Amino acid sequence: MENPLIQLANVNKWYNQFHVLRDIDLEVRRGERIVVCGPSGSGKSTMIRCINGLEAYEQGTITVAGERVDQDDDNIEKIRQRVGMVFQSFNLFPHLSILDNLTLGPIKLKRVPRAAAEARAMELLERVHIGHQALKFPNQLSGGQQQRVAIARALAMEPDVMLFDEPTSALDPEMVKEVLDVMIELAGTGMTMICVTHEMGFARAVADRVVFMADGAIAEVGTPDSFFSAPRTERARQFIQQVIH
Amino acid sequence: MTNAATLPAGRARPTPASAAAPAGRILSWLRRRIFASWRDAVLSLSVVAVLGAIAWAIVPWALLDASWSGASRADCTGTGACWAFVAAKAPQFVYGFYPPAERWRPDIALALLVFGLAWLMVPRLPGKRYAGLFMMIVLPLATVLLLHGGFGGLAVVPSDQWGGLLLTMILAVSGITFSLPFGVLFALGRRSRMPLIRWFCIGFIEFCRGVPFLTVLFMAIVMLPFFLPSGMKPNPLALAVAGIIFYEAAYMAEVVRGGLQALPKGQYEAAMAIGFGYWRTMLHIILPQAVRKVVPGVVNTTISLLKNTTLVMVVGLFDLLNIVSAGVSDPLWAGSQAEGYFIVGLVFWLMSFGLSCYSRAIEAGFARAERS
Repeated sequence: MENPLIQLANVNKWYNQFHVLRDIDLEVRRGERIVVCGPSGSGKSTMIRCINGLEAYEQGTITVAGERVDQDDDNIEKIRQRVGMVFQSFNLFPHLSILDNLTLGPIKLKRVPRAAAEARAMELLERVHIGHQALKFPNQLSGGQQQRVAIARALAMEPDVMLFDEPTSALDPEMVKEVLDVMIELAGTGMTMICVTHEMGFARAVADRVVFMADGAIAEVGTPDSFFSAPRTERARQFIQQVIH
Repeated sequence: MTNAATLPAGRARPTPASAAAPAGRILSWLRRRIFASWRDAVLSLSVVAVLGAIAWAIVPWALLDASWSGASRADCTGTGACWAFVAAKAPQFVYGFYPPAERWRPDIALALLVFGLAWLMVPRLPGKRYAGLFMMIVLPLATVLLLHGGFGGLAVVPSDQWGGLLLTMILAVSGITFSLPFGVLFALGRRSRMPLIRWFCIGFIEFCRGVPFLTVLFMAIVMLPFFLPSGMKPNPLALAVAGIIFYEAAYMAEVVRGGLQALPKGQYEAAMAIGFGYWRTMLHIILPQAVRKVVPGVVNTTISLLKNTTLVMVVGLFDLLNIVSAGVSDPLWAGSQAEGYFIVGLVFWLMSFGLSCYSRAIEAGFARAERS
């Protein structure tokens, strides 16, 4: 079988005394779509932030396409170029136009000529349905539009995998759908995705596996169907009841 | 969205401008802005009275009763200012003791400066990156070579003959050009994860902020020769330029640090997540935003730098202020202090006000770009 694209083996992390990640083991194959859920404070965000080295971990190994993720290694910048990330709070660069937000990375890091980078950026903006806003600035867009730009910005680097850290949690309810639709379309293209989200409809629609975390550990892994209809742990049962209401 | 749409409805609704005749418009403006209530009217009239009193005191002295020409103070017969003094001394105020026959050299340097500034400031001109390089490398080198001479048949003019407005401009332009980049480096160093760099930057910044500039200059000129091989004398102008740049860089560093701290952590994370390393993150993402946030503070420090240049008189340099002081002590023109210092004040005010206007234009430009 093909090697996993992303592998977390026996990962442990502490914030001082607090044990945030406990013995995390997870393998993600190329093209797989994973939804990570769990109560707040269960370590979901911390886990995916470890995958691109935004957080350090003390024990274990994380590899992306066979390369070890280590914050202090010069290689980390190369790895991050292959791992796209979408944040809860968008984090677009407010001093750059939408187009420049997308082209800055490819031009400066991959030496793509400006014209080619802009053509590719326009293609991506069309794909997330905001091609006509390309010359505006982030503050002029709604939250849902900004998050779609953030997705396009991450895609502009042609990543192998996309990480989503609660991408719809900061959005007004009426904007959640437009972002989820873009994510579903993206899943349809075969992109490898790891999404921390509470959107159970999204999980049912696209996830190959649902990873349920509690107290810093992976408590349960299953297909969306088996996880939602027949959770094996009591914690998962409680959690599902809460998010469904 | 236009501003008018967001304005709260005031008690005096503006009448549509097109509907009223010009005279009516002025009357309505007066009613709304000056005499809206009796309190407003009292305040407005008090301000008018104060301004009037100031003008009443200055205008007759400076203009109406002033004497404009003459060869000595004795020719000034009017009761007002003796501008003949300034007219007679003007070349010295501008060039210091720079030999009159060579004064075309500072003129060319000034032309280069104006060219560089125009290149930087006029938004339509292309190649801003090269304009920055021009200001930071070509202009200083060209100016020093041109003013000093000693090649290609140019007579050597040692730096102790440079003076007046020329010297003030040299100090101010080099200080303004280099204090911000060095300040940015110190600000970044102060937040570095490497302890030695951090400690050095904190130490330097706190030293500069804790010691009066006069003391720094004095120590440099008096103490430095003890540490240099005997016979080597430091050039006072070079010391003053270096002193101004680094002293003001410490202040700039604190201004810039304020901007760095005002940026949300998400900006660093987003840049890192794309794959930018430290320097690219700073250069493309963090510093452009941080510096925009602190333009008023940067300009404030710049203006104080401009006025601090007058302190170089303690190391024996004849900047604009010092050379006017020297001119005032000329027996021919004894008693011309008021005129001399009035002109010095006016020149510094014009330069500072120019900087303020430029700052406001920059801020307005940023605001338009981000929120229009």
